[in-house]
Amino acid sequence: MSKPQLLVHDHEDNVGVVVVEDLAAGTEMLCVVTADNSDFRLTAKADIPIGHKVALKAMKAGDTVTKYGEDIGRMIADVAVGDHVHVHNCKTKRW
Amino acid sequence: MALDFSSMTVKAWRRENGRVGVRNHVLILPVDDISNAACEAVANNVKGTMAIPHAYGRLQFGEDLDLHFRTIIGTGANPNVAAVVVIGIEPEWTQIVVDGIAKTGKPVHGVSIEQKGDFETIRLASWKAKEFVQWASEQQKEDCPIGDLWISTKCGESDTTTGLSSCPTVGNMYDKLLPEGIYGCFGETSEITGAEHICVKRAATPEAGEAFMRIFQAYQDEVIEPFKTSDLSDSQPTKGNILGGLTTIEEKALGNLEKIGRTSTYIDAIGPAVAPGKGAGLYFMDTSSAAAECVTLMAAAGYVIHTFPTGQGNVIGNPIVPVIKISGNPRTLRTMSEHIDVDVTGVLTREMTIDEAGDALIAMILRTANGRCTASEALGHREFSMTKLYRSA
Repeated sequence: MSKPQLLVHDHEDNVGVVVVEDLAAGTEMLCVVTADNSDFRLTAKADIPIGHKVALKAMKAGDTVTKYGEDIGRMIADVAVGDHVHVHNCKTKRW
Repeated sequence: MALDFSSMTVKAWRRENGRVGVRNHVLILPVDDISNAACEAVANNVKGTMAIPHAYGRLQFGEDLDLHFRTIIGTGANPNVAAVVVIGIEPEWTQIVVDGIAKTGKPVHGVSIEQKGDFETIRLASWKAKEFVQWASEQQKEDCPIGDLWISTKCGESDTTTGLSSCPTVGNMYDKLLPEGIYGCFGETSEITGAEHICVKRAATPEAGEAFMRIFQAYQDEVIEPFKTSDLSDSQPTKGNILGGLTTIEEKALGNLEKIGRTSTYIDAIGPAVAPGKGAGLYFMDTSSAAAECVTLMAAAGYVIHTFPTGQGNVIGNPIVPVIKISGNPRTLRTMSEHIDVDVTGVLTREMTIDEAGDALIAMILRTANGRCTASEALGHREFSMTKLYRSA
């Protein structure tokens, strides 16, 4: 298998993690779900740094963000598939 | 082919109390902050000894004082320490520390500064330190089963790669070595937030789960709620975590919990620096998520090797416990590889499985126990940070 640009923990997740440096907008990423090594393709809509998250689905403000198959917080802005998801549009539900 | 862990041994020191140590330190241990200078002078006089200066030890009281003594005594009692010279400002608290360490059977001697001054204290302590270091230098290593090791974990400068690679590497190691009889330890109370529902299910017994939830809830009620000024998003996740792509505490917690593997369960939840009391197995310890504080507490509980997954590159070490750093972040390996002992970047490129990464970590644990100098030891990282519960009197 060629090296993936995006890893996803679980099939239920709506975000994945960029695992390469210098990922440019427009890249058609090889995405691997680590739970079962299945793969799919997705186009990044922005330059996204290594370690940062990409939306696998369109989400609206208030939607729950799922990673590891678990709730990791809520969207505070809308995103499209392939957008960067981070502190500018996602917040904790705690504290 | 699957490795046979039960036949693995390390060359290490079997101490007077039967515990196995992988280092042979002679400590010059201050009871309190104002004894640091004398300890450092003794360590300068007698080569092969090490002073561990720290910031506290005067006018503490109650639970905070108990924790102080437990940390200092536990540090001296750790099997990685062959012998200890204790120096304190006054004799009574110095003797408490000496007596606590002496329970292990190892050589320990106390000197107090009042009515002597630094010069006479340093003279007396230096003679004893020289005797101890020469004695320790002749203690022989012996073959010990890998199951005799006490191995703790805590991650730091985490990012999303830790949850994908270095934390599950540690988890895989625990899944393989806990059945061999090791003691394990994870902690970071605040950093379970968002994964507490999973953590409670990983208890071996309902009692252990209840003990964890009591500690977790007490931290939320007694520390977070009274002192928070926001949702903590300026400190937890840290700026380094956020740079590395972690967005929320829930996301960080789920990655953190990958360190306890798939099959391991914890048999008790214990207080900071408390020695595990229910036999071999995995323990949850109530600790800060700050790296140096957490590793200091686990070392004081008796753990002799620390496994430390890092994403963005935490540089921490410990004076007495070798800290093995594991990273899967290719940028960190590219920019600060001098700090990393185990490279698991292959997990992200899918060229290495978690099972293979776990074996690589176990191989590094064996090498470290046999004497390999870790990156943090080679670089002189000796962070010793006492946890303080509240202001002194």
